[in-house]
Amino acid sequence: MPTVSFTRALERYLQAPPVTVEGSTLGEALAAVFALRPALKGYVFDDQGGLRRHVAVYVNGKPVRDRTRLSDPVGPDDKIYVFQALSGG
Amino acid sequence: MADRIFVGTHKGLFELARSGGAWDIVGAQFLGDPVSSVLAEPGGAVYAALDLGHFGAKLWRRESKGGAWRELAVPAFPPKPEDAGEDPHPWSLGKIWALEPGGVAGRLWAGTMPGGLFRSDDSGESWSLNEVLWRMPERWQWTGVAGGAQPGIHSVLVDPRDPADIRIGISTAGMWASADAGASWRLINRGMYAEYMPPERREDPIVQDIHRLARCAAHPETVWCQHHNGVFRSTDAGANWREVTAIQPSKFGFAVAAHPRDPDTAWFVPAVKDEKRIPVDGKVVVARTRDGGASFELLRSGLPQRHAYDLVLRHALDVDASGRMLAFGSSSGGLWISENDGDSWTMPEIRLPPILTVRFSGA
Repeated sequence: MPTVSFTRALERYLQAPPVTVEGSTLGEALAAVFALRPALKGYVFDDQGGLRRHVAVYVNGKPVRDRTRLSDPVGPDDKIYVFQALSGG
Repeated sequence: MADRIFVGTHKGLFELARSGGAWDIVGAQFLGDPVSSVLAEPGGAVYAALDLGHFGAKLWRRESKGGAWRELAVPAFPPKPEDAGEDPHPWSLGKIWALEPGGVAGRLWAGTMPGGLFRSDDSGESWSLNEVLWRMPERWQWTGVAGGAQPGIHSVLVDPRDPADIRIGISTAGMWASADAGASWRLINRGMYAEYMPPERREDPIVQDIHRLARCAAHPETVWCQHHNGVFRSTDAGANWREVTAIQPSKFGFAVAAHPRDPDTAWFVPAVKDEKRIPVDGKVVVARTRDGGASFELLRSGLPQRHAYDLVLRHALDVDASGRMLAFGSSSGGLWISENDGDSWTMPEIRLPPILTVRFSGA
């Protein structure tokens, strides 16, 4: 099962510890996380369910391709990392 | 008079209270985060809207003085339909830009970018989009604010006599009114002009860049407007407007405060017009009228009069419920408080981040 980790920057607002979940796509894995932690969803997704513009998601160290439908496949040993895209100053 | 001032800044929310005769910070929350809107209810609850750069708009509430802050739901747009086609505006919350009590227990209105108006009937625990306004074909003509693509609802006026009577100001889309709690809407503002528009569109109500609306609570028919190119006043709740040409030292600005009881008294903080957006001659002044806009006094006692470049944004001037106390904050972090109608001002001995909004408790 893939493991989803979140930037520590989120700890200012809510708890977001790493979690191992079911899922064969990025969207399924994130949906499983948000089922456990509903408050986290609005920090990562916009109103239409896509990734927020300034949120980055990498799988095994590489940026995901499909930021809207979240269809990138994820495998059982994959590591998904959600963090803030650099912007501002 | 009010005993608390909440100051929303680019880097957190600051709560001020009087301490030994002087105002000082008694609380600092959300340090590092932009606070786009604040509402302090007479009952003691305080709402703070955050505009997080990475993680979106958030809303928090504190039940009472000294209590803990708790995160609430934020307004959310419904799924964008397939036939939304060329809709120029995103179906996604940009920021909460106005928070106002709805005149009914538990009711709040939230004005947002990109132009959605939301209502809560449970003190912010849940929100619903006013779909009638959002789905009006005219919304596609609304244009962006502050150089961006998103329109913003910055002013929500609820008639103190009738909570179903709602009037909103939009940058940039004029003023809209509903007499039935949002079931239907009309574009109402006549008499304004946009001098930068092509001649055939100058007086079109929907192109008017209303920067801020303020209404006299005791005489709700009187509404004041700081517009992109002038000050206007209405005595029929926003349907017809007359330009207030006596405004000094300039007619551009963002903020306006209306006296809660005297319909002839209002305050403005003018600036050099749009290309510059700085005080005239580097002097911060408040313009006050007490005769319905026929004349203005320039109030400068206690305000910086040399090389000051403070811009006062549209939500950064407030008057308390007594009408005696005023406060405003600037883009340079200056905060000034008056307890005598604006005759003189004091600046607390603090340095704040750029100020976005100033709100009295219970005002």
